[in-house]
Amino acid sequence: MTVDPKGVLTGHHYLDGDHACCEGALAAGCRFAAGYPITPSTEVVERISARFPMIGGVFIQMEDELASSIAVLGASWAGKKSLTVTSGPGFSLMMEHIGLAAMTETPVVFVNVQRGGPSTGLPTLPGQADMMQARWGSHGDYEIIALSPNSPQECFDLTIEAFNLSEIYRVPVMFMMDECVGHMTERVVIPEPDKLHVVDRKFTKRPPGEYLPYEVHDGWVPEMVKAGDGYRFHITGLTHDERGYPAMNWQAQDKLMHRLVDKIRKNADTIARYEEADLDDADVVVLSYGITSRVAMRGVEMARARGAKVGTFRLIVVWPLPETRIRELASRVKGIVVPEMNLGQVALEVERVVAGRTKTVLVPHAGGTVHDPEVIAEAILEVSR
Amino acid sequence: MTTELEQHTPVNPVEPFLRMDRMPHIWCPGCGIGTTVNCFARALTSGGYDLDKVAIVSGIGCTGRVAGYLNLDSFHTTHGRAIPFATGLKLANPELKVVVYSGDGDLIAIGGNHLIHAARRNIDITVICINNMIYGMTGGQVGPATPNPAITSTAPYGAFEQPFNLPFLADSCGAVYVARWTSYHVRQITRAMREAMDKRGFSFLEIVAPCPTLYQRRNRLGDGLDAMKYYKERSIRKDGANTRDVDIGYQGDIIVGKFIDRERPTFLQAMNQRFTEKLGSSYTPYPTGYDD
Repeated sequence: MTVDPKGVLTGHHYLDGDHACCEGALAAGCRFAAGYPITPSTEVVERISARFPMIGGVFIQMEDELASSIAVLGASWAGKKSLTVTSGPGFSLMMEHIGLAAMTETPVVFVNVQRGGPSTGLPTLPGQADMMQARWGSHGDYEIIALSPNSPQECFDLTIEAFNLSEIYRVPVMFMMDECVGHMTERVVIPEPDKLHVVDRKFTKRPPGEYLPYEVHDGWVPEMVKAGDGYRFHITGLTHDERGYPAMNWQAQDKLMHRLVDKIRKNADTIARYEEADLDDADVVVLSYGITSRVAMRGVEMARARGAKVGTFRLIVVWPLPETRIRELASRVKGIVVPEMNLGQVALEVERVVAGRTKTVLVPHAGGTVHDPEVIAEAILEVSR
Repeated sequence: MTTELEQHTPVNPVEPFLRMDRMPHIWCPGCGIGTTVNCFARALTSGGYDLDKVAIVSGIGCTGRVAGYLNLDSFHTTHGRAIPFATGLKLANPELKVVVYSGDGDLIAIGGNHLIHAARRNIDITVICINNMIYGMTGGQVGPATPNPAITSTAPYGAFEQPFNLPFLADSCGAVYVARWTSYHVRQITRAMREAMDKRGFSFLEIVAPCPTLYQRRNRLGDGLDAMKYYKERSIRKDGANTRDVDIGYQGDIIVGKFIDRERPTFLQAMNQRFTEKLGSSYTPYPTGYDD
């Protein structure tokens, strides 16, 4: 673990979430970024374009999101930590290269500051309706990791975590902000460089000739190389064998798909990040993420004031879901209330995981503004009765 | 018993540049792509490049398979997106010599937007475009460079759209080196590949190459050898020609040669210049891949 102190703006700041995300990327060692302007995410790359020249990074504003989403893959294979930033319509265009990143196991971070959709939707207003797209928006089978911050401080902290996870698991990591978190300004504390936990890329120590790009030696994740080091490796979006060569047969497909999926699914409990409160005597759990978790707090307080025994469970890593923990909670509560700024995405997965152990109550909101806390309180009280 | 012949198996001089464990390749008999790969291997041999620092990026299609056969750091990316991948690769490590090797459908149709912007920015990469005037991999559909009125599987009554004039496109977008040859011109291709790779900035080389299986056959133009005869008879060398005048008509004259060779700051050179002007000593120039 090495932190380049040039990228760490140690101190107490008053930042919005977009700017804090930029600072998190810089602190994590990101030195290549590509983007295309789109509300409400643009401030991230605006700050990057101003900050990178001072710390030795390169930012390029590409011609579209198709281009920016693959330029970051190219940069990653040149050995640089890389990110791209967008919102819904741009995220749709990036699906092609989320798939390529998953298939080629390229560490890279995709930031999506979510707005209302589908299509052009609500460019300046919040949504959380890209959660399923973040998970499976590209074609084919794969798994990714998605995080959801609920404050500018977390936009800083968790952007570093997003980079760390992308390096550890060699997956594209989706950083799922929303317009509220992106544009909300709060205190952000950036620690000294030596207080940060930053994971470096695990480059192979094997010499050229003894290295196969997709040979796994321990665990699930192959060691990486970068262009220019004499390995003469091949990377393809085609189904490939351990050499990285195309392998057009079902056996290769079976082996590769299972590993790509299993490296995330079988490590879900390790990857899981969540925050719990007041669960000891709770008979209702409010499960939420992102800005909705803060709105839900108000709903929880209102319900408690009216006698409900309710605790909270906030997803920080949304994908993969912490299924083990959700099942444990489900076995001892009357219900799980899931407010989210869509008409049912994470809630449906919670319902699947709960598998009838308790009831799952979706509190939907189409986006454009946050929930009315009273609606969440009502849902809690309804379940607790 | 080992014969003397077996003991002295000759090694083709391009073999070290190829992934021989991936042979045989997928290309059809008479296809021009393999010829250009042979030229590329010879360009690498004669150019004196550090092959550990040469990276090749392809998109999707018949020519998109080139990356997989070359014994270099090689990237087989998505359809049309080889150039933006190469852009990220080059900007993140300017020491690399990055070559994009792909086809006309990949680079000019689905990837056209990336081509024009990389040329405009003068990203320091070489783009080798094998123009077989058709989508080969998917069965011979009409493409952005299909001359009229060639028959294709999706233009069964003959193509009628105006095709792109590739050198003119690259020239007008700012490429600093633009040349065209046909797969008949193997020596010229090899030299042009070296020139393009040695050029600082966005270099573009179009190589007209036959697709005997889908273009020649469907248009009753014979086989690969007939294509070579056509290229030999109808190619006209005009170095420095105005790219506006180098359209290729159906089985018409093919103007070949080096059309453009000019100087312009690369993306990274321009970036360094701007930031240094504005930020002064607080800016440490980013490596450009060149010492000066």
